[in-house]
Amino acid sequence: MTLPALGWQGLVVLATFGISLLIATYCTYAERVIAAFLQDRVGPDRAGPFGLLQPLADAVKLFTKEEFFPAGANRALFVFGPCLAMVTALMSSAVIPFGNFLQFGDTIIHLQGIEINVGMLYVFGIVSLGVYGIMIGGWASNNKFSLLGAIRAASQNISYEIAMGLALIAVLMMSGTLSLREITLQQSVAGEWHFWNIAKQPLGFIIFIVCAFAETNRTPFDLPECETELIGGYHTEYSSMKMGLYLFAEYINVFVASAVMSVLYFGGFNFPFQYELRDWLVSSRGLELVTAQNIITILGLVGLFAKIFGFIFFFMWVRWTLPRFRYDQLMRLGWTILIPLAIFNIMLTGGLITFGVIK
Amino acid sequence: MESLSKRAKVLEKKPMTFAERAYLPAIFQGLTITMRHFFRAATKKQITVRYPDETRPFSPVFRGLHVLKRDEAGRERCTACGLCAVACPAEAITMVAGERKKGEENLYREEKYAVSYEINMLRCIFCGLCEEACPKAAVYLQADKMAPPRFERDEFIYGKDRLVEPVTPDNRSKRGIQLTPEQADKLRAQLA
Repeated sequence: MTLPALGWQGLVVLATFGISLLIATYCTYAERVIAAFLQDRVGPDRAGPFGLLQPLADAVKLFTKEEFFPAGANRALFVFGPCLAMVTALMSSAVIPFGNFLQFGDTIIHLQGIEINVGMLYVFGIVSLGVYGIMIGGWASNNKFSLLGAIRAASQNISYEIAMGLALIAVLMMSGTLSLREITLQQSVAGEWHFWNIAKQPLGFIIFIVCAFAETNRTPFDLPECETELIGGYHTEYSSMKMGLYLFAEYINVFVASAVMSVLYFGGFNFPFQYELRDWLVSSRGLELVTAQNIITILGLVGLFAKIFGFIFFFMWVRWTLPRFRYDQLMRLGWTILIPLAIFNIMLTGGLITFGVIK
Repeated sequence: MESLSKRAKVLEKKPMTFAERAYLPAIFQGLTITMRHFFRAATKKQITVRYPDETRPFSPVFRGLHVLKRDEAGRERCTACGLCAVACPAEAITMVAGERKKGEENLYREEKYAVSYEINMLRCIFCGLCEEACPKAAVYLQADKMAPPRFERDEFIYGKDRLVEPVTPDNRSKRGIQLTPEQADKLRAQLA
């Protein structure tokens, strides 16, 4: 990779970082507005037009709140917990391919932070690290409610990561690669009728999305927070921006989970008839192939974000519809239903690949 | 025996069907319900009253903050009989009666009047029994005013200065009443 290309790639990483933060910021606003609309209320509408400055007001509030350390807390770990949660949440968005590539002369910019051939493993590894932020924060608080929340978070994430990984294996069996870019590109091939993975893996997708809810600690699986039983769960003792970091990390995790689901099952930055549109732009509009490809890339970028926002909306929609699971129900669902179902899905996929029904 | 209401149901504890155990159909049912509400927010009229900008109108029979009325000549109607204090179930009303002096006929309608009249708004339950008990039609609960929130407890004890219907000394002459300068000063002091 040449030096200017490396510089461009650095810019893409920075942009990914900024976009993750921006989306997390406005997720707080979207959550409140969607919650309000689903409950026939109005929602925040005072700060700025339609309340759009509400996240700013919230940030100012969080930054100016009292920084509180509970007695007997391990101060270093107490600070380290939210930091780790935030860092791991931000790191996982680096490998997501947000768009194909832009070409200006000889410079090719891939709209992806880092392309690594084990992208999916990287995301899994980082997401598993995320639970340490919750664990450490909950333990360092020196509060039994926090500790209970942290233990719940750990056991829940371990249980659901297994089912999630098994659901993913079925996708990997078809793609034969762990690279997210490769998986995306395989879902749309020029000149032939090609389906996104959701058409081949409906069961796997359902398992994956249920596990994604559990991994991001969202309702109906938000037992680590569980305000009715555990006050605030792992962040009971947190105040000020340390609390804000935990909330932010949750929304970034939602964003990353939405992005991963879009990439794995909904074609990533592909959209229907993209090659036809590119050829039409070249043949009828007289554009150069490079320009046409750039236009397609930008449209694909917009398309991917539309898919991501759709998933984020779904996350919020479910949150304000379903009540919380009981803890034994959560464990039973994970171990006795989702894991066997995921194994069955692997065998089904293997059989279908063997008999050439899907590839 | 036949059930009197339609509410009573025989409790059946049959095992759940596969669709019920699979969660998903019920979840989609719930999701459609919330989605209907989501779009209702866009189409139907909102029921939210945006309070500081708009206020919900009071009912015409609302019982709010008390007022001690004056008669058509501007004199205080209250004769300090104490019936309101007796009627009050919350024991919020206290008063001290006094005798009207010569020359005060245009201030107080009856020969006996309330020197002080206090209602503790923290005790008051706004039932309106004082209004019903009053033989002189002196005390009323206004339909358009409420006792505003305050920081101190003693600020909730409303005396005559805040209860008596305000009449400025200057506009009383238009209502056919002549005040001596001393009376006007006394009234001003009372209203201040």
